[in-house]
Amino acid sequence: MTTLTAAELPALARGAAVLGTGGGGDPHIGRLLAEQALRVHGAVEIVSVDDLPDDACVLPVAMMGAPTVMVEKLPSADQIAIAVQTLAKYVGKTPTHIACIEAGGVNSTVPVIAAAQLGLPLVDGDGMGRAFPELQMVLPTLSGIEATPMSIVDEKGNRGVFDTISNQWAERLARSATVDMGCSAIVSLYAMTGAEARESFVPGTLSQCVALGQAIDDARRSLADPVAAVVDRLGGRLLHVGKVVDVQRRTTTGFARGDATVDGLDESLGRLLVLRFQNEHLVAEIDGAAVATTPDLIIVLDSESGEPITTEALRYGHRVSVLAAPADERWHSPAGIDLVGPRYFGYDLDPIRALEVV
Amino acid sequence: MRIGIDVGGTNTDAVLLDGTTVLAANKSATSEDVTAGIIDTLDRLQAERAFDPAQVQAVMIGTTHFINALVEARRLAPTAALRLGLPATASLPPLVDWPSRLVEAVKGRSYLAHGGHEFDGRHIAELDEDELRRHAGDMVAHGVRSVAISSVFSPVSNEFELRAAEILRSELGDDVAISLSHEIGRIGLLERENATIINAALRELAASIVDGLAGAVAGHGIAAPLYLSQNDGTLMDVDFARRYPVATFASGPTNSMRGAALLSGLDTCAVVDVGGTTSDVGVLTHGFPREATTEVDVAGVRTNFRMPDVLSIGIGGGSLVAEDNDLVTVGPRSVGYRLTEEALVFGGTTLTATDIAVAAGWASVGSVDAVADLDPTLVKAALARVAADIADAVERMRTSPDPLPVVAVGGGSILLPDDLPGSLAVHRPDHFAVANAIGAAIAQVGGEVDRVYAIDPGRRDAVVDEARQEAIDRAIAAGADPAQVRIVDFDEVPIPYLPGNATRIRCKAVGDLRLGQS
Repeated sequence: MTTLTAAELPALARGAAVLGTGGGGDPHIGRLLAEQALRVHGAVEIVSVDDLPDDACVLPVAMMGAPTVMVEKLPSADQIAIAVQTLAKYVGKTPTHIACIEAGGVNSTVPVIAAAQLGLPLVDGDGMGRAFPELQMVLPTLSGIEATPMSIVDEKGNRGVFDTISNQWAERLARSATVDMGCSAIVSLYAMTGAEARESFVPGTLSQCVALGQAIDDARRSLADPVAAVVDRLGGRLLHVGKVVDVQRRTTTGFARGDATVDGLDESLGRLLVLRFQNEHLVAEIDGAAVATTPDLIIVLDSESGEPITTEALRYGHRVSVLAAPADERWHSPAGIDLVGPRYFGYDLDPIRALEVV
Repeated sequence: MRIGIDVGGTNTDAVLLDGTTVLAANKSATSEDVTAGIIDTLDRLQAERAFDPAQVQAVMIGTTHFINALVEARRLAPTAALRLGLPATASLPPLVDWPSRLVEAVKGRSYLAHGGHEFDGRHIAELDEDELRRHAGDMVAHGVRSVAISSVFSPVSNEFELRAAEILRSELGDDVAISLSHEIGRIGLLERENATIINAALRELAASIVDGLAGAVAGHGIAAPLYLSQNDGTLMDVDFARRYPVATFASGPTNSMRGAALLSGLDTCAVVDVGGTTSDVGVLTHGFPREATTEVDVAGVRTNFRMPDVLSIGIGGGSLVAEDNDLVTVGPRSVGYRLTEEALVFGGTTLTATDIAVAAGWASVGSVDAVADLDPTLVKAALARVAADIADAVERMRTSPDPLPVVAVGGGSILLPDDLPGSLAVHRPDHFAVANAIGAAIAQVGGEVDRVYAIDPGRRDAVVDEARQEAIDRAIAAGADPAQVRIVDFDEVPIPYLPGNATRIRCKAVGDLRLGQS
């Protein structure tokens, strides 16, 4: 993929929602903003991670806050470019590339808007290969790349820069600022060179999102199985097919936590799958035994349409297919597991790989 | 006594009810002239069962006029959309996601101004009254006759929408209608705003239709109050209907489901309306339809109306029956309205679901001889297919594991057995042809709250009580009998990432209409 046009946005948003593993919110607003930006500024050039010059100045940009707030207080597109410019000014460099830090409903489209506005190419890759809830949870953290200096910008014109002692502190301070800014802010962070991006990024994420979105669409058009198309594309495995029979939600320390129970149908008849989620799906258990956990991807799709389902949208009666797919291998390093393994999220489990238990 | 009338695009149904007893019912073609149509309908009721107009306590009307006007893009007023939210939201101004054809039909003009709230009630920016006056001047210059005002997080605080309305009214005069988004929709700015703009565009039509309806009822000597039914199965009075025509959009399916439930004596059930091509399945809980949680597209505009959640599947009386090896399929292809020419029992050559029902002895329409030679195994398999698919659709719509009785209505309900797989008992009420009008006549009055609350530790119960009380107060203000009001729907969803246990609470109260002495 060398350019991104408005025609690919629906596929990009749908594919990103698949990799978003239940988190990332409703992509509608992000898609509208990106469509408008591409209409005004033209298509965005896409650069593969391998083609980045070593000394490129890559600035990732993302939305931080509550997806539920974003559907009401619509972000302003200018804010997105300003976040990048604020960081560029602070670090005293001229950005050459924009990048995506997370794959998920909204954060896959925010960098498209920045790239279109600033007339910069967009890196075909991201910092996670999926979605996670906190800003230190990215592969660049494992490579020793600092989240800060980072900029944080609201729609009112407030701008801030944090320069913190660790990426965890960046998360903590930025979270507080985001809340005061009205619970949605645009951040630009993890400024890095082309060489660093090549080392720490998951390559090809944007192309993968578009390909996933198109695979779902193509399967539906040709009356093939869209769920199988996603499994194939991700090299994953179908864990369970069934119907949601229970969804329990609770809120603790700012996360939408909960469990969903999926009663097996067809080939899964007689088995019960339980999903444990905190914004994203983190653990899948069948008949009481964990069969897949974070950092691998646990994805819930509508069994019929193949449409990805966010944790907020799960409800009784939904016919769903649950699949697991391998995360980037670096997430399985000891440091990766410390950062995003099941124990970080409070589940007393060793990580279980998507393709491990059969 | 009360009268219920459902004015559909094709037919107008009317019933005269005493309590829940049907005294008279009729069905006629909808006429172009609203007033004349209602007068005619009332005359027919009078002819079927003479009644003293003074004995009528209330008249309830469900109408599709407004949604049809939008879909057909006719009789819409020149409309301005004013949003308070700057400096936020500027990138996606009002009308941004509307089809251009409809923007032209409403001569849509879009304005952005400062204002709006944060999720916790803080101001995004203060209102700039001079800015609003400048916008008002531009509206006058462009012949705007109706204005929709939306403000960011107005479901949390309505103060800016109210103040902006005051300013616009003083600039534009009383002849320009003003619609406020916090009174129309819920959280989700674009969707709520879209619904408000649609409402604004329908205000002039609403005035003329409501006058026509009121005139017809009064002309018949009925002095009782007139109500219109809303999407959620509750009523609004005539003044409210003038201001909120958009609230009638989905009243048709809602009235049909509620009417069917009343006729069957069940208040928690699935209603399966089997037509010629599709079956529509909805679920009633305590007499009210479950609402769709997803956005609803109306005439190409994304909205978040309170619409009943209805699942349509491709099975109806005209569905084609096919046999492929051992697999028997029914639908989704259908002969539709050509059923009476193409089905075997009507002398045609196409095997339809209706032929199967006749062959099985479940229905007696057309010629039984025409299907006498059908293979009994095929008939059995086709009926089993229909039962399994309908049961599956009902199953999907269930929100709890408790068994759910099924109320079957519509001409195609002859296809259903007395028990569906999953031990779902099937009920078939009388008078279902006028279920819509009955649904209108039995409608109650409701009040709703939908807001994000910051719940301090230990305060959850107090906040919940506050929300419930507000819903009840709103229902009473809308005309509900205070002794009858109860909470029928309560939903609490924590919002991720927000501090202070921010929780979105939706709560609905309804009660019987307070009727005057007769």
